[in-house]
Amino acid sequence: MSKRIDVKDLNVYYGDFLAVEDVSINIEAKSVTAFIGPSGCGKSTFLRTLNRMHEVIPGARVEGEVLLDGDNLYGPGVDPVAVRSHIGMVFQRPNPFPTMSSRDNVLAGVRLNNKKISKGEADVLVERSLKGANLWNEVKDRLEKPGSGLSGGQQQRLCIARAIAVEPQVILMDEPCSALDPISTLAIEDLINELKDQYTVVIVTHNMQQAARVSDKTAFFNIAGTGKPGKLIEHGDTHTIFSNPVQKATEDYVSGRFG
Amino acid sequence: MTSTLTPVRSKRSALTKGQLPRYAPYAVLAAALIVGAAIMALLGFNPFGWGLVSALLFAIGLVSWSAAVEGSRKAKDKLATCLVVGSFLVALLPLVSVIWTVLVNGIPGLIDPGFLTTSMNGVTGAFDNKAVESGGPVMGGIYHALLGTVQITLLATVISVPVGLLTAVYLVEYGHDGRLAKAITFFVDVMTGIPSIVAGLFAAAFFFVVVGPGTKTGAVAAVALSVLMIPVVVRSSEEMLKIVPNELREAAYALGVRKWRTILKVVIPTAISGIASGVTLAIARVIGETAPILVTAGFATSINSNVFGGWMASLPTFIYTQILNPTSPSNPDPSSQRAWGAALVLIILVMILNLVARLIARIFAPKTGR
Repeated sequence: MSKRIDVKDLNVYYGDFLAVEDVSINIEAKSVTAFIGPSGCGKSTFLRTLNRMHEVIPGARVEGEVLLDGDNLYGPGVDPVAVRSHIGMVFQRPNPFPTMSSRDNVLAGVRLNNKKISKGEADVLVERSLKGANLWNEVKDRLEKPGSGLSGGQQQRLCIARAIAVEPQVILMDEPCSALDPISTLAIEDLINELKDQYTVVIVTHNMQQAARVSDKTAFFNIAGTGKPGKLIEHGDTHTIFSNPVQKATEDYVSGRFG
Repeated sequence: MTSTLTPVRSKRSALTKGQLPRYAPYAVLAAALIVGAAIMALLGFNPFGWGLVSALLFAIGLVSWSAAVEGSRKAKDKLATCLVVGSFLVALLPLVSVIWTVLVNGIPGLIDPGFLTTSMNGVTGAFDNKAVESGGPVMGGIYHALLGTVQITLLATVISVPVGLLTAVYLVEYGHDGRLAKAITFFVDVMTGIPSIVAGLFAAAFFFVVVGPGTKTGAVAAVALSVLMIPVVVRSSEEMLKIVPNELREAAYALGVRKWRTILKVVIPTAISGIASGVTLAIARVIGETAPILVTAGFATSINSNVFGGWMASLPTFIYTQILNPTSPSNPDPSSQRAWGAALVLIILVMILNLVARLIARIFAPKTGR
């Protein structure tokens, strides 16, 4: 249930502005890849191009190829909606649907697409997804209560449960812990470790310790200056990137001597 | 007025200046009322002047006392408070006065037997003359007008809500601030300012061309009212849709949900409480329109429950005709009693609609319980 992603020569534009330049990267199936780098270097922008979520932003476009197990996401006739059902996403701020209960939030991917699902199947799916997100024990007694009544960390795990309920091949996470306290962060990090048994996980983080803790591979992005495009500087095993990077810029960044 | 009133005179903290005693505003108010009454007695008493003079005296008295004891900062504070409260009272005055007048004049009409259940069909001047001369009950009622108002407004809502809501959805979700969206926004703003009689004339002329000369039905009136309602619905729905966080749309897209389903199942449900109360307020806004109904539905004295055929009465036009053309020209009192009764019913309708709007907002509001 997980697929690899291969990116070839990808440029991302906002209008005429080149935001991310010439990224080529291979993301292994059933692994955790972390994107690190300073603010504004295009990590999140690049992450969004992996499931065509950047198209929500007016004027954003890409050149190049993103292959999901060999199928180009940007090939002619590809439906971005189908792409997103294969590649799920978790956002920086927890965003459960406020009009729905916790249970309906988990079922949102199914219900909103008007797929018919029996109550029994729905119960199984809710329990499996919430267990997958390590949230089952905390919310099993209040599934019918609104999702927005949970704590921030629980809401974020609810969003992860919602994302895995549609059974994607890849889960993208855009700074999933930046709005959370350390305890909730730990819960999410444990969860990411479990998720990689089944899914390909890509995570953007500002927290280098977090990248070191959760990821197998790390990609370092950097930007030459304001108004310049972001670039992929180095990509490799997390251990190598943090202990013995090839590039000087990477070493400066991971050791805190940056800028 | 802070509540830290430690003994003021006996022992003063180094951190406080002088403070007015807690009863100061009441004392000044009492003094202002008495002095005001005295001044008015010299000039010739009337309640309005008494209120005005007392308010002025109260403001002057309290501010200067405060300036003497507490210093200029507190005095300015008191002056601002007086201005704010005064403005509020001035704004409240017409409202209270209208409600009072309508209640006093309208209740006799409302409690008349058959007022809500009969029409004016067959009620002639002779009945009114008899009612005045022999003191019997006033015949006739507003059932036909109430029915007309409810039906016309309902039809206008049925027309305006889909048009207005879909326009708002286009503006927020698909317009991208393009030329068309800007043009629509501009013309919606222009439409908001259209005089209601023009909307009525538009509907009358439209049906004149499409159906035939002299077409006056409830449906024509409903079209006229929806011309007035649509811009209000567009504006309020647009604002409500705009404040739905983008994150919710993105969350839905990321689950592989199509845009139209996202709008239908996530965006609109999140905004529905605001949209519903906006719609209800728009209804309350047009339910009292007189001029457009006069030129589009005419006025009837008998019950007509078909919006698509024949002239139709409504509460505003009923009030208008009862006052302007009393049923019995020699004894206009019963007619004016009926008009006041109808006015009271109209105000009650608007009030109910406002309460319904609040109720809807509360029922649909996103739940936050734990």
